[in-house]
Amino acid sequence: MELNLSPEYEAFRQDVNRILTENAHLAPGPEDRGMKHPKRLAWQKFLIENGLTARTIPKEYGGYGAEPDLLKSRIIAEEFARTGIARPMGGQGISMLVPTLLELGTPEQKEAYIRPTLHGEMIWCQGYSEPGAGSDLAALRTAAVEDGDDFIINGQKIWTSTAKQADMIFCLVRTDPDAKKHHGISYVLFSMDTPGIEVRPLVDMTENANFNEVFFTDVRVPQSGIVFEKNKGWQVANATLTHERGMLGDPNATKARFLELVELMKTETLNGERLIDNPLLRDRLMKLQGEVYAMQANGLRVTTASLKRESAGLAGLIVKLQGCELNHQIAGLAIDALGELGILYGEGDHLRADGSWQWRYMYDLGLIIGGGTAQIQKNIISERGLGMPREPKPAKV
Amino acid sequence: MEFALSEDQRMLQDSISGFLKDNASLDTIRKIADGDAEAKAGLDAGLAEMGIMGLHVPEMMGGSGLGLLEACLVQEALGYTVAPSGFLAATVAADLLPNYQEDYPRGIADGEMVFGLALTELSSRRDGAGVTVDNGRLTGTSLLADVPDGATHVLLADTSGSFHVADSWSAEPMRTIDRTRTFQQLTFDGTMAETSTQPDASALAAARLLIAADTLGAAQAMLDKAVEYAKERKQFGRVIGSFQAVKHLCAEMAAKLEPARALVWHAAYAMDTKDPEALVMANLAKAHLAEVGTFVAKTATEVHGGMGFTDLLGLHYWFKRIGVNRQLFGSPEQVRQTAAELQGFVAA
Repeated sequence: MELNLSPEYEAFRQDVNRILTENAHLAPGPEDRGMKHPKRLAWQKFLIENGLTARTIPKEYGGYGAEPDLLKSRIIAEEFARTGIARPMGGQGISMLVPTLLELGTPEQKEAYIRPTLHGEMIWCQGYSEPGAGSDLAALRTAAVEDGDDFIINGQKIWTSTAKQADMIFCLVRTDPDAKKHHGISYVLFSMDTPGIEVRPLVDMTENANFNEVFFTDVRVPQSGIVFEKNKGWQVANATLTHERGMLGDPNATKARFLELVELMKTETLNGERLIDNPLLRDRLMKLQGEVYAMQANGLRVTTASLKRESAGLAGLIVKLQGCELNHQIAGLAIDALGELGILYGEGDHLRADGSWQWRYMYDLGLIIGGGTAQIQKNIISERGLGMPREPKPAKV
Repeated sequence: MEFALSEDQRMLQDSISGFLKDNASLDTIRKIADGDAEAKAGLDAGLAEMGIMGLHVPEMMGGSGLGLLEACLVQEALGYTVAPSGFLAATVAADLLPNYQEDYPRGIADGEMVFGLALTELSSRRDGAGVTVDNGRLTGTSLLADVPDGATHVLLADTSGSFHVADSWSAEPMRTIDRTRTFQQLTFDGTMAETSTQPDASALAAARLLIAADTLGAAQAMLDKAVEYAKERKQFGRVIGSFQAVKHLCAEMAAKLEPARALVWHAAYAMDTKDPEALVMANLAKAHLAEVGTFVAKTATEVHGGMGFTDLLGLHYWFKRIGVNRQLFGSPEQVRQTAAELQGFVAA
């Protein structure tokens, strides 16, 4: 057990901090709207050139080309959180497609897509879920029928983030309707400008369209867009889902939210008394603090396992379930602490933090469901973590 | 950076767990719960022979010089087998007393002294209990003191938060739900304190952290038993562990326990390295484990169905261990209040 950083890493932390604070004026702010705003693209380029994002991606593909060093990645993430300076671009292209292409893409695919994706010039969306294929993703039905060198695609996707802005989609389609459900799927890349694609915003409970529905009608795309092999799309998708689950439970983000909640309870008053002086609210705050510390420590344990290239076992499997639930509860306490003012939303004189606590409370519920529902997570924990038997398949009638 | 147990720490875990597996079987625990003094003395002697009593005593005073992290690993193993032991009291005494009087840690390490612990009134004064000190003389009672058999000394807290060592007292047993451990009402009638200390928040935090580790072990045992049972017990023609209703209960227990384990380790490491957040973490570990432990105790019993409720499996010893630990040295609400006070969240 050694939680202090060695001098080498401490120096690295100071370097990162210096680069960020000295160049903070280059970072885009909320007024620089649009995913491809020139200031955002320039900031992303600056961060890549300084090794603060796309750090371990080879230079030939537009990354920084450093040796993998999880501790350095962690330090970088912590310094972004600490300084509050605009983070690097995220999105499913960068976080999910790029690692997949690095592992399984052809040289041409790597060449064509990784650099513009990392630099924010090419936006991606993910075509996985369908109305009839949610938790049971492998039941997807969007069909890709061969026609010469092309596929003709018909079907519908749902829960597609950034589909409106996306230049490209990485999409799961059924290429062999007769094979067993996991064996007839392919992972295909194609342009969102292809004729026959219609994107309809899907407004959710936050009043925003965080997701879309995407309809495909006789969409003709080249077969060369297949990643890895035809009918092997399930393996490719599993590689990316692992990246997503890791992403949805970041203890640093949770701690930052908790500290905002503490600040809220120290500054807001109820009947002239600080919220934190109310013993009932304070007790709930302390309860959450225990959980925040626990998830942080669990995160350190998972990081250590990754550093040693060992499996983190149960400590890794529970991160999504526990992390999302904790975020939801933190937002829930903030709303209760604000009481009647906690229900305000959108705009108005008495609104706090732009209504972000309500927004988070709702959005976090979406995250509890998305990327593998809490119930699917519990199946995974009990089967892979505790070695309990799978639910037997019902007998065919 | 490395957040993991070292090779030595894992060996310590293995040796204490191995010993307890052989020497604190459910049969032995039942005997102890039924008042078999010989079984209890046998376990005490075996544990003393392992050398764990002086684990937290500094090396220069004859102990092993190990930290609270190692002590938590031992306490977790004791909780796992619901084994009664004076280890917790010895460790708290070894944590506090070296700064005041070296004879005590030396006595603990060489087995000459056995310490009891009377801390209840630090957080909970009820029924007129509480010990006051006047010119070094101790007067009053302390409830639910943890006093091992053959105790030669008691470390007690007075009503102002200072600690005292006493070598004479009168004791009345107090029957609790947990018959494996003995608790007593101590009365001091003008006894001269041998040694007195300043008020010290870290001794209470250490005691609470050790209780958290004990609950961690007991809860892990209950989860392991529940999973094992669910893989064997059949209903409707299949093992009940294949029903999602049962699997999900087990997953929920595991999902709460794993981060709780990391919290205990982290808090213990923080105490050992005098981290500024150490006391907050130790107190929150106690409160958090009380909640997680309670959830696991109830849920694991339910997974066992009616059998869990009977005496046949003995599962109730773990349920009661966790139930007692939840209140001992402060209920969750009281402990969270301490954590809030330590952070300046409570208006003076």
